[in-house]
Amino acid sequence: MSRFVRLGETDRPSVALHVDGAPIQALEGDTLMVALLSAGDRLRQSEFGPEKRAGFCLMGACQDCWVWTESGDRLRACSTLVAPGQRILTSQPEASWPSHV
Amino acid sequence: MAEPRIIIVGAGPSGTRAAQACVAAGIRPIVIDEGRRDGGQIYRRQPDNFTRPYAKLYGTEAGRAQALHETFDALKGAIDYRPETLVWNIAAGQVWTASGTAQEAIPFDALLLCTGATDRLMPVKGWNYAGTYSLGGSQVALKSQAVSIGHKVVFMGSGPLLYLVASQYVEAGADVAAVLDTAPFSARLKALPDLLAMPSVLWNGVALTQTLKRAGVTVQHGVTPVEIIGDVESGVGGVRFRTASGREDTIACDAVAMGHHLRPETQLADLARCAFAFDPLTRQWLPERDGDGRASVAGVYLAGDGAKILGARSAEASGRLAALAALADLGLPVDKGETASLRGDVANYAKFARGLAQAFPWPAQQAAALPDDAILCRCEGVTAGNLRAVMRETGAKEANRAKAFSRVGMGRCQGRYCGLAAAELIAAEADMPVEQVGRLRGQAPVKPLTISIGDE
Repeated sequence: MSRFVRLGETDRPSVALHVDGAPIQALEGDTLMVALLSAGDRLRQSEFGPEKRAGFCLMGACQDCWVWTESGDRLRACSTLVAPGQRILTSQPEASWPSHV
Repeated sequence: MAEPRIIIVGAGPSGTRAAQACVAAGIRPIVIDEGRRDGGQIYRRQPDNFTRPYAKLYGTEAGRAQALHETFDALKGAIDYRPETLVWNIAAGQVWTASGTAQEAIPFDALLLCTGATDRLMPVKGWNYAGTYSLGGSQVALKSQAVSIGHKVVFMGSGPLLYLVASQYVEAGADVAAVLDTAPFSARLKALPDLLAMPSVLWNGVALTQTLKRAGVTVQHGVTPVEIIGDVESGVGGVRFRTASGREDTIACDAVAMGHHLRPETQLADLARCAFAFDPLTRQWLPERDGDGRASVAGVYLAGDGAKILGARSAEASGRLAALAALADLGLPVDKGETASLRGDVANYAKFARGLAQAFPWPAQQAAALPDDAILCRCEGVTAGNLRAVMRETGAKEANRAKAFSRVGMGRCQGRYCGLAAAELIAAEADMPVEQVGRLRGQAPVKPLTISIGDE
């Protein structure tokens, strides 16, 4: 079920992107946050508690809405617009570090 | 002599009017703004391909919003505009910026901080559940993206924004379950003499309440929030609260917009080494400034809600006033009559803002009453009980020391949303005035930066 409800401006071209490997449809001009929460009810798992998170301030101040690209770039979902073909991850892709062992 | 370099941080109402004054004086200021478009939060612009008219987006303030946007559009060729750019530090007479992976340090002759505000939050048990949003955030969702934050929304907190956003949601067709105001209705009557400083704005506020009543929305005054009920998987399921008469009640919803008016974003003023003073009415530490906006540090000027919450109309006046002060200090001619008239405007807005602070008081006692198992810091899941235990174990009573031991204020938001409530909790626990707890020091970077190692 979606968390956000569209109340207007729905006459926009659709944009296809992938979230955690699954395809979703958004609208041109959507932020990633609106795209993800119009298609589902969460953005990420809290790293300090059992609950899911879905952002908080929507103005780039709280940093609760971080998502990642597959290459590991961190994005603020509330202030990044959707783009066709984006492949978004809701958990941080694992970094690999050189090991001395 | 080379043209003096003026840097303006922020492209909202105060930054726009400051830039306009600089350009009129023949100077090309650098205007740095974190937003993708100008307008700030209050007059935030929707994406280019959205079609809602001004009247629908900004209501009674449509004319002001349009005038401000048109002013900024006309200035674009005459200013060095840097959107989507974060000022993350001010040090050694330079402004440090980051945009994407590019960074720069820019020296300045005059710096105008027009940094705006964020929501002031009073934590309530369960505010960490998905579906809880800041009040300002709920307005951004509607204004800049045409969405509601949920299928059934409760607005809880206090302040003029509570009624404004709730009525905007109703008019846009959202399902508003209730408006729950922590301020008792009697507070408004006491504030009336100051609120009459701006009768038309007062009347707009009354009209908002009428909109809600006509739509059949439950509006309650003097409530005490108890808990946001929810589930770790599905998020918000309702709110539990005590009515003014002390009865406990529950309202079902899947989203809560919460906030208690606003707080200024003062981190950059702090990093610029400006002196701060405690404001007993709002119980906030604010950067000191003279009547025209000069900070305690030479060459630094403060305007708009980033200095003190006086509202968008005041921000336009104080932005222009601060720019005129900067221009005068740089030896440029300034119309003294205009300066005097702007001072009068700002004084009137300040009187009205004092009325609002009295009508919608910050419920400091709610921080003291937070149960031990309530999350205080939602970034890192630190509970009120964690902070109390840290105080008992370490004796920490000063804001920064308590932060170091408890991590309250050290997470992703850097204390923006928990800091004021944490100070109230510490004050109550230690039985001392909140001003003695002090304030969280601004830290660079003021927001997280990307560490990027490239091939170049």
